Amino acid sequence: MRQKLLTPSGRAARRVAMGALVAGLLAPVGASAQAGEIPRNASGRPDLNGLWQALGNAHWDIEPHAARAALQMREGPVVPVPAAEVLALGAVGSVPWYWGIVEGGEIPYLPEALAIRDENRVNYLDRDPEIRCYLPGVPRATYMPFPFQIFQSESKFFITYEYAGAVRDVYLTDPGPPEVDSWMGQSVGSWEGDTFVVRVSGFNGQAWFDRAGNHHSYQMTVEERYTLMGPNHLQYEARIEDPQTFSRPWTIRLPLYRHVDPNARLGQFKCVEFVEELMYGHLRRVPIGSEEPR
Amino acid sequence: MKARTTIPLLALSIAAACVATPAAAQAQSGNSNWVAPRTPEGQPDLQGNWTNATVTPFERPSGVGPVMSAEEVAAIREAAETRAQSLTRPSDPNRPAPPVGGDGSTGAAGGVGGYDGIYIDRGDAVAVVRGEARTSLVTFPADGRVPATTEASRAERLEYGRSSRAGGAYDHPENRPLGERCIMSFGSNAGPPMLPNGFYNNNYTIVQTADHVVIMTEMIHDTRIIRIGDGPRLPPDVRPWMGDSWGRWEGDTLVVETTNLHPMQRFRSNSSDNLKVIERFTREDEDTIVYHFTIDDPSVYAEPWGGEVPLESMGNELIYEYACHEGNYALSNILSGARYQERQAAQNQSEPR
Repeated sequence: MRQKLLTPSGRAARRVAMGALVAGLLAPVGASAQAGEIPRNASGRPDLNGLWQALGNAHWDIEPHAARAALQMREGPVVPVPAAEVLALGAVGSVPWYWGIVEGGEIPYLPEALAIRDENRVNYLDRDPEIRCYLPGVPRATYMPFPFQIFQSESKFFITYEYAGAVRDVYLTDPGPPEVDSWMGQSVGSWEGDTFVVRVSGFNGQAWFDRAGNHHSYQMTVEERYTLMGPNHLQYEARIEDPQTFSRPWTIRLPLYRHVDPNARLGQFKCVEFVEELMYGHLRRVPIGSEEPR
Repeated sequence: MKARTTIPLLALSIAAACVATPAAAQAQSGNSNWVAPRTPEGQPDLQGNWTNATVTPFERPSGVGPVMSAEEVAAIREAAETRAQSLTRPSDPNRPAPPVGGDGSTGAAGGVGGYDGIYIDRGDAVAVVRGEARTSLVTFPADGRVPATTEASRAERLEYGRSSRAGGAYDHPENRPLGERCIMSFGSNAGPPMLPNGFYNNNYTIVQTADHVVIMTEMIHDTRIIRIGDGPRLPPDVRPWMGDSWGRWEGDTLVVETTNLHPMQRFRSNSSDNLKVIERFTREDEDTIVYHFTIDDPSVYAEPWGGEVPLESMGNELIYEYACHEGNYALSNILSGARYQERQAAQNQSEPR
């Protein structure tokens, strides 16, 4: 097809097709899908059911950042270079730039918490919970490079994430303070107009925000706001409060995109088995690559 | 988790009454005026938290009929209560360390004690289905027992075991059971078929939309997404854990067919790539979904077989995060324990006697 389009007649055909597309956008039928019309359920609430995913590079680092050579670096003779453990990945192991999702650009860390963030970066390979396939926490689950699916009925609001099979049952009736701390926290949701607001608490404080060492404590509470901007776009906002880590509450904001491919479905990324060699390989009877039994 | 010791007294007393007069069983099994709540799409609403914990064994003991008498139900109930009381006694804070070689206790913790009654919650209810107090979860064939597997499948299973398990049981993490590795729960808990694991956390959340039914198993937070309707099945070589599940409504019953189960998720240690599991979910009353399962695996069993398990409502009780892998100290301890034993053995061999 591509070859054919490069012939003069192909170019002409493409111009015609483009013209038809523009005309379609201007026609009333095309316009109605653009005008912020959103799907609604039987009781008139916005219908958030579907497969959603963040685009972009927030999962690397939620703050604005330049591209860098690797997640973990070491001193080089001229400039820092990738650490030995990630060297073999080459360009695949490098970090792409991003404009960031933090309102105002910078996370308002308390000084001691900022020092921990910087240590986290130096010791990235030992510390990021994602390396060991641990549950992602909130809000990190939302913008991991995997889709997630919302199941919304009259009585339930349930989110399943492809990464690590993480799940959240967002209670529509508040069960009271969380009885136990957990990775994903306890979520309680309610509607404020057309926005679904989820208050999340009861974290164990072990999850991170991204691959850049951004962290929080068990005292964090998150207020998420899900607002449909159209049939296929969902605005996601999360207000983070954690007096042990941050000097003031702060907010992240990013759009989520619906998977419109009719074949799209939530896959399975049960990475527990993928990290066994990393976590337990040294405990094999004969570790791979060693000659003598331990 | 534990702390769900409520015995469905009503169900048991109904069962007892019905056993005496089987004809009345159907009418009395639930509230005859009860009408299943409906979703906006008009389907029976299966949503909520449910448990399939039960003391009823999977297979029927030999020489026993399919249904228990009222006396047998009462005896089981009493035994369960006694057991629950003894298991939930506070631990003795002055208990010394177990003797070298173990204290003789049996079970999952083997020899040194371990999980006490606070953790273990295998259930204390007899499985009551349509008013019958069942003696086994397997209901067909009629003897309530799992039929014999074919000779060819047993040979294949042995060969698979040989080729997939290099060395001894403790040589590699891959040689440990899926439950110990936090990959799947033990005992076909998430299934399919979804069966009680005989230990703890036999709890499920069901969520239902127009085109999906989602079942989350508390163990390993395993979530099965069942698509309602028809569409392209996964190609034969894509075989996720819990397989590829498709559902349809037959009257008021949700029928789910699952294929493409993961090659390592072998039901009862012997199922083939051809295994098809057919499940039927029917709301019986306010507190019960009757869960009916069929195992259709012609290369392993000559005939399909299966059974019924009641899913009892947990009311407003919550399900908690079972972050197994995140806290899995056991697997590294088990493997390093084996390495320690090997070092000890090597040392003993090299030392002159």
